[in-house]
Order: sequence, then structure tokens, then C-alpha cells
Amino acid sequence: MTRQMLAILSMIMIPVALYCAFVYAPTEATMGQIQRIFYFHVPQAILSYTSAILLGLASLMYLIKGDLKWDRMAYCSAELGVLFTVTTLITGMIWAHPVWNTWWEFDARLTLELMLGLLFVGYHMLRAYLPERESRARLSTVFGFLALLDVPINYLSTYLWEQHHPRLYGPGGGGADPAINIALLVSTITFGILYAYLLTQRIAVARIEEEVEYLEQVVQV
Amino acid sequence: MKPVFAIVYKDIAIEFRNKESISSMFWFGLLVLVIFSFSFDSTEAEGIKPGILWVAFSFAGILGLNRSLSMESDNDCLQGLLLAPLDRGDLYLGKVAGNFAFTIVAEMIILPVFAVLQHLNFDLKLLWIVGITLLGTLGFVSIGTTLSMISAHTRMKEVILPILQIPMTLPVIISAVTATGMVLSTEPGAMAGISFPLSLLGVFSIVYLTASYLIFEHVVAE
Amino acid sequence: MESALALESQDIQKKFGHFTALGGVSIQIPKGEFVTLFGRNGAGKTTFLKIAATLMRPTHGTLHVEGIDIRKEPEQARRHIGFLSHNTFIYRDLSAIENLRFFCRLYGVDASTDRLMDMLERVGLRRRANDAVRAFSRGLQQRMGIARVLLHTPSLILLDEPYTGLDAQAVAMLNVVLDEIIASGRTVILTTHDLEQGLRAATRAMVMDRGKLVLSSDARDPAIREAYSRLILMGGTR
Repeated sequence: MTRQMLAILSMIMIPVALYCAFVYAPTEATMGQIQRIFYFHVPQAILSYTSAILLGLASLMYLIKGDLKWDRMAYCSAELGVLFTVTTLITGMIWAHPVWNTWWEFDARLTLELMLGLLFVGYHMLRAYLPERESRARLSTVFGFLALLDVPINYLSTYLWEQHHPRLYGPGGGGADPAINIALLVSTITFGILYAYLLTQRIAVARIEEEVEYLEQVVQV
Repeated sequence: MKPVFAIVYKDIAIEFRNKESISSMFWFGLLVLVIFSFSFDSTEAEGIKPGILWVAFSFAGILGLNRSLSMESDNDCLQGLLLAPLDRGDLYLGKVAGNFAFTIVAEMIILPVFAVLQHLNFDLKLLWIVGITLLGTLGFVSIGTTLSMISAHTRMKEVILPILQIPMTLPVIISAVTATGMVLSTEPGAMAGISFPLSLLGVFSIVYLTASYLIFEHVVAE
Repeated sequence: MESALALESQDIQKKFGHFTALGGVSIQIPKGEFVTLFGRNGAGKTTFLKIAATLMRPTHGTLHVEGIDIRKEPEQARRHIGFLSHNTFIYRDLSAIENLRFFCRLYGVDASTDRLMDMLERVGLRRRANDAVRAFSRGLQQRMGIARVLLHTPSLILLDEPYTGLDAQAVAMLNVVLDEIIASGRTVILTTHDLEQGLRAATRAMVMDRGKLVLSSDARDPAIREAYSRLILMGGTR
């Protein structure tokens, strides 16, 4: 029921957000049309961090409670984490390319996003090498929780990095025009609803996957 | 003798006997240094000297962690440790102390070789680098011990450890390289901001030592 | 709190994902008993022993060793437990006496050379005290394992298939040690596939099948032999 509502809400909000991003928001003076990617890039970055927080907290809950539903939530968030990290990096690169004339620079934000992406991928690789359900949950949640602790430390270290690799003029923040902020808000809310839908849907599928795995084991025995 | 110290003493005794950990760490680190020395000539190498050193330390460190791990999986010795009336967090600290000791020894052999290959003077700056190395290694080993124990339960132990360790320890490498760069820099006042990377190394170590101590029982339980 | 029971378990369950290794095992073992646990591979014997030794956590249920709840005070319980499986948990790079000294320190018991040499004498390894364990045969390594188990004088000794891979001489030595342990009033729980060795000195016998306790009786009860041949030799009711 909730999932259906989220799906419908997403379908309504997406065209609204697209309108705001491409029509309603004014064209930025310096960067031109390419700046519009900002309305996608920023929410995606926010959601990649949300995934990391969900991964860490769900992992902690599993370690405390021992209920596998928390582990399910952890790895579903981590999957979405990979998705949104990749899209953040790609949109970041597309945005930065005309400005920097190169696809990649070790800009603080991109570097941070890359580090986050590596942590998510590491988490999934660890899970891939653990065939037994309990140990998979136990060990990957330990890693998931430790990875969450890494995020603020990473943030501080990329700040350090920037001190010695001064940022080239790059994708900046918002602006004085309130229309930009409204468009960003709409876009962020839309992405948030979409994220909630994807997460709940993925968790439901995960539950079924585990049922199937169980039945396969029973049949084999 | 407290059980924690017994574990450290045992690890040191075994290392004295077969010298496998320190020698393999040292040789591997040396080879990394040599590869870099051949790949970059002296003018190119100026800016990346700190990076070269810490790449060598990182890979040697991972090797050491793997070795320490296989020592306990041989004959299932870890189970013997888990049978003892020993708090799991104390077990973790014992292993960290051993790993730290071996890695530092290997690094202190690699460092002078690095100084020679990269035409550094043997002066006070090296003492600073020793200090940075101590802090950086502590952070590296504090998370590395936990991750190596996690990896031990997987099918491809030695492969999964670097995949987990390298992303987690990027802040250590960034801070250590920055601080080392500040020390080696010839610009006046380059060392002004060195407290920030050093504090970050300290924070990393404290966070991961504490978190791992509390969470270690979940890593070794079945 | 003193208890007359060496081990008491209530509804111990262990699940690995959807697979149930133990489906609710409730056992009471008084002090001084020599209990042999029979069962096919996969019946759950090793799992139960590991839980009793605090190496594994049960999914459900409680277990008390000498009156101590292993979930609440695992470290206290471990002082009373000795566990031996076919892996000896001995460090191959250290000598026999160095290994024993380490384990003494780990348990916080007297690590004097005299005591350690006595222990090595007991398992027939006195002359090899300073040799690296790496060079030992399987039988000698198993003797080291036995020495390790007895070092901290545990009152409950758990042995998981200790006869596996032993030659006749080592088997005889193990039996001598087991007889001494029982004579000193301690409790032994042993799992084995060998019916005769298992029943040799046992006071009590139990049979497990598919994660449940099927039979618990006096060792001389013929029902034990009958259950053994039905479940283990013939392959059970599949």
C-alpha cells in the first residue's frame, strides 16, 4: 500500500521536478544551461550519503537485535548507495567537464564521493564472498557500521586534500535567485520520494529472494 | 602476566623464530620503493616523494596483516584463544599491539632505504617522519586488524582484505602524505598547519580502536 | 552458587540461516559423569559441544556450566571448561613447553617450569619439551592438545571426536588420561563414531539425530547399542 502510494507520488513529482529544473529555474549567468545538472547532482549526492547513514545505522541495529530484517535494509541501502554514488560522480563529471576541460580532478566533493563509492563496493564484495547467511549478515554489518564512521573522517581528510590541491573554479552552490532554491527543493523532495519507493520495493524483493533461497535449500536436502 | 600481554609476547616469540612477517614486509616495501625509483626520475619524484613512501608502507602493511592472520588460522589456533577466559576486546588489542610492532619494525627498515634512494638528508626531518609513521601505522593497524579478522571468514581471504582496507584507510594515507609532504617541503612555514593532519590521524586511531574493541566479539563469534 | 550439575542446557537451538542444526536440546549432566554422545555426521554433536564450550552462540535457549550461565558470564564459565577437537589449537612454530607456558598465561594459572614438565611427562612428551611442535606427528600433536586442555584444571572436559587419526599407542595414552580425569571427580563429555571406545569407560550415553536428543541412558543400557545400529549404521529412518 505504502509502496503504491510512493510510486504514484513519484510519478506525479518527477514531471514537476523536470519542469522546475528545465523551465522554471532561470538559466545561470556564468555557466549557462549545463548548470541545470545541479538540480540532479545535488539530490543524488545527498541520497548517496543518506544510503551510507542507513547502511551504518541498520548494520548497528542488526548487531544489537540480531533480526535479519535490519541486515536486509542495510544491503538494500548499500545497493542504492552504489547507484546514487555512480550517478553523482557521472553528473558531477558532466557538469565539471566544460568548466575544467577535463573529466576528472581530485576536487574535494568528487574525491569524497569516490571514497564513498569504494566503501559501498567493498561492502558488496565482502557479502559476495560469504555464502552462509548468518556470517554474511554478521560480518558485513560490522563493516557497514565501521564504514559509516569513516564518512565524517573522510570529509575532514578531503578538506585537508583541498588545502594542498586548491580547487579549480568548479561547480558552485546556489545563488541569490530564490527560484533556484525552490527548484532545488522540489528536485530534492522528488528524489527523496523516489528513493523511498526504490528502497521499500528493493527490501520487498529481498525478502522474496531469501524465501526462494530457503526453499531451494529445503528441496536440495 | 595478563592474558593480553601473553598474546603479544607469543606473537613476538613466533616472529623471532621464523622472522617471516617482518622480512616479507620489508622486502615487499623495498621492491615498491625500487619500482617507483625506476619509474620516476629525480625531478619528477620531488612532489610525490611522500606518496611513494606511504604506498610502500600501505602494501607492506597489508602483507603483514595477512601474515598475522594466517598464523592464527593454522591449526585453528584462534579457537584456542577464544576458549580462554579472555574478553574479545582484549584479544583485539593484543593482536593490534603485535601487528603494530611488526609493521613499525619493517617500516623503520624501509625508511632509511627510502631516504637514500630519494636523496634525503639524515636530519631532524626524519624524526618528524618517524612520528608521522607511528601515528599513521597505529590507525592503519587498528582498522586493519578488524578487517583481516573479517576477511579470514571469507572464501578469498587475502584478496578481500585490500578491497576493504584501502578505501577505509584513505584518510590515513591522505593525512600521512600531507604531513610528510609538509615536513619534506623546502618552503618556509610549510610545517605551520601540520597539527591538522596529525590530529586527524589521532582521531582515526581513537575512533577505530574504540569501535573495534567494542564490536570485536561479533567478528569472532559464530 | 554451587550446582550439582556439571552442565545443564534448556532448549538449546542453533540455526544457520534456514538450516536448523540443533532443534531444542535439553540435557542435564551431573558432576563426575563420563558421557559419550553418539550421532551421525551432521546430527549436531559438534555444534552442541561448541556451544557448551562458548565457541558458538545459541540462537535460543540457556546453558549453565557448573551453575554459571554461559551467556551472562562466559569468561567465568570458560575457566571451568576444557575443549579439544581434532584441531589441537597448538602453535607449530613454538616448542612444546613454550606452547604450554603461553596457555597457562592465557588462563592465569601457574606457569612454572616444574609444573609444565610434569604435564608433559603425563602425556609422554617430556623428552620433546624443547622441540618445535611443527616436527610432531599427528599422535604427538594430539597429546599436546590433551596437555593444553588439562592445564587450567577444568572441571568439565569436552572432547570432540578425539580418537580420530590416532594410532593404538596414542589411543591407549588418551584412555589412561581419561581414566585419571574421571578418578579425580571431573566430568567428561565425549563425542565419537567408535561405539566400543565410546562405551569403554562411559557412565552415561546419549544419541543425537538431526539436531535432537533421541536417547539418554545409562551406558550399559542395550537400547544404546540398538539406537546406534539403527540410526548410525543403518542410516536412520530416511
